Amino acid sequence: MEVDKVLAGDSFFTTRLNDVIGWSRKFSIFSYPFVTACCGMEFMSVSCSHYDIDRFGAGLPRFSPRQADLLMVVGTISQKIAPVLVRIYEQMCNPKWVVAFGVCTCTGGFYDDYATVQGIDTIVPVDVYIPGCPPRPETVLDGLMKLQQKIQKQKQAV
Amino acid sequence: MEQSEIVRSIREKISNDVLGYHSYCGDETLVVRREALFNIMKILKEEFHFEMLVDICGVDFLGKEPRFEVVYHLNSLSRKMRLRVKVPVNEGEEVESLVPLYPIANWLERETWDMMGIRFANHPDLRRLLMYDGFVGHALRKDYPINKRQPLVKPKNEYR
Amino acid sequence: MSTDKTDQILADAPGSMMLNMGPSHPAMHGVIRIILELDGELVKKADLEIGFLHRAFEKHSESVTYNQVFPWTDRLNYVSPMINNFGYAMCVEKLLDIKVTPRCEYVRTVMSEIARLSDHLTCIGASAMELGAFTVFLYMIKAREWLYELIEDVCGARVTVSYARVGGVKADLPENFADRCRSSFKKIRETLKECDALLTRNRIFMDRMQGIGGISKDTAIGYGFTGVMLRACGVPYDVRRAYPYHAYDDLDFEIPVGENGDNFDRYLVRMEEMQQSMRIVEQALEKMPGGPVNVDHSRIEPARTVDEAKMGRIGEIYDQVVNVSPNLEGQEKEEYYQVNPDVKSVVIPPKQNSYTSIEGLMNHFKLIMYGHGIRPPKGEAYTCVEGGNGELGFYVVSDGSDIPYRVRVRAPCFTFVAGFHTMIEGAMIADIIPTFGSINMIAGELDH
Repeated sequence: MEVDKVLAGDSFFTTRLNDVIGWSRKFSIFSYPFVTACCGMEFMSVSCSHYDIDRFGAGLPRFSPRQADLLMVVGTISQKIAPVLVRIYEQMCNPKWVVAFGVCTCTGGFYDDYATVQGIDTIVPVDVYIPGCPPRPETVLDGLMKLQQKIQKQKQAV
Repeated sequence: MEQSEIVRSIREKISNDVLGYHSYCGDETLVVRREALFNIMKILKEEFHFEMLVDICGVDFLGKEPRFEVVYHLNSLSRKMRLRVKVPVNEGEEVESLVPLYPIANWLERETWDMMGIRFANHPDLRRLLMYDGFVGHALRKDYPINKRQPLVKPKNEYR
Repeated sequence: MSTDKTDQILADAPGSMMLNMGPSHPAMHGVIRIILELDGELVKKADLEIGFLHRAFEKHSESVTYNQVFPWTDRLNYVSPMINNFGYAMCVEKLLDIKVTPRCEYVRTVMSEIARLSDHLTCIGASAMELGAFTVFLYMIKAREWLYELIEDVCGARVTVSYARVGGVKADLPENFADRCRSSFKKIRETLKECDALLTRNRIFMDRMQGIGGISKDTAIGYGFTGVMLRACGVPYDVRRAYPYHAYDDLDFEIPVGENGDNFDRYLVRMEEMQQSMRIVEQALEKMPGGPVNVDHSRIEPARTVDEAKMGRIGEIYDQVVNVSPNLEGQEKEEYYQVNPDVKSVVIPPKQNSYTSIEGLMNHFKLIMYGHGIRPPKGEAYTCVEGGNGELGFYVVSDGSDIPYRVRVRAPCFTFVAGFHTMIEGAMIADIIPTFGSINMIAGELDH
């Protein structure tokens, strides 16, 4: 509500600025695809012409964490690669978001064993969880749209 | 059949070291003594033309003596024949490494060491392959519980 | 992680540089670390570290029943999951000594070849993308989508299918499968022609792939290479011809064999294998015993049932049989027994029996309940199938209970990655990318 924002110390112009920055950030997402396993197949399907993630503005993967703002963790994360994931997350600059793609990243999936991290939210903070084993491309796009809503509503640090 | 003749001649040649034989489900299997393994494999490769080592794995028979069995699968491309060689091994005993004969044995034996804890003598570089260095224990043994985690990155919520 | 090894490399050769092509690298092949010892751009030594996707397949299969292992086998070679399913099913059937029905052999052949097609499409597409040919990747993934639509019609899932069961498959092929398959193949053939025109005589592609990543025949056999890697070296070994299984004996197809063993030959072998796969599927669809699936046209859709009932026209729908959701298609009794043998100890009865008769219910119960279920006699068996990469073997040890004692998967790309260092030592860094792409490493299979 506008009134709440004004009472909390934000003026008309800063909230407008917030909205514009949120709008521009949500339509130009540079993702770092941290692809490990079978969900990679659905990630490929989403990125390519049939389901096309590029029409959301999120189609250009940056393979360096310094240049990316969305860390898409795709596929099972094992204990051996967990330190690598944390390091990549720490190397990214703010603002950054993390999407847990696939149920193995959300909760560990059915891999309740000695070698799998039971959900990446035990090691990095996650913004959107996309469950599915593997999630259909439509589910992924739905998750991406939810992330866009989150980015829009977020208080942008300017 | 030609295949059983070949197996019969193999068994005659190495008869001192063969502890058992069966062909359950049509797979020819020989159980041999641990000490004679390298020589047997050399004979099989050079005289009987088993050019390819397909797989090495370990099976843990917890509670039985000897505890482990190392299973080698061989394939002969020229004769279209397969053979399985099993070696019973106890805890702490070593099996001769086959790296001089088949280069793939390097990684297969590393994996067997990692998962089962069976050491291979004269292996050039016996270290873990699938698990990480800080992992304690051998994962595929029957007495290792499946969800005993040894995390490298401590989980933020101790609940799990 | 392996700092001792890197210290050792640096100590041994003080003039060289150590470079880590780390686990998360842009080539969409999964997670693997290559530790390189470089002299400028030349690779002197290479060491690979794997295990970043170890998901304990073998340990999990020791805690569930024989039929419950199928979801785990899907995720081994996840670009061609049907082949893994069938390989494991064949091994357990060998232990149980049951034969599947002839129609099931043909169905399994058709689905295996479709899975192999999608495997080769993904492999060539991804490796072409890494060399800069982004269009080829888009075209091949577009072709793969058509295959995924076919697979989804058959079993309900695109990637992780769990289609096989011990003794048969989940359900028969749906109606119109043959026609849809043929029209998809027509489109795929056009796509392959376009990709061929873009790549095969392309100067840049040829320069980067010819003469690179070669391996000799003897080294390949010593490292246990099978599949495309071995055939590209000149050895005509294919499990489908050497130890025939499924319906491959009755079908007429050729095995493409290369000459030089380098990357370009592997690419050519894969392209030709795709054509042969389509040929196999078309022949199998013609020759399938039992003919096309018979559909009872007096069935009506559930939506129409609801619509008619809302309008009060109960009389018209009162004695009609409702056609239930696509996932149960192919599981009606006549179709079910065409692809599953009537062996009560192994195959669960069709839903009509288990829901309407007490014998069917008891049979179903005895097969699903823990402690009962499929119990092969004590023993061990090894079977292999021709996977997308090569000889995919399963070794199952049974102790007489309903849970496998040991399941071992022999992954074909394990051998390729083990022999990878021979292929890149002496080459430049830029040669690693096409070589690594051409071995088609699938991390799920490599690390089991």
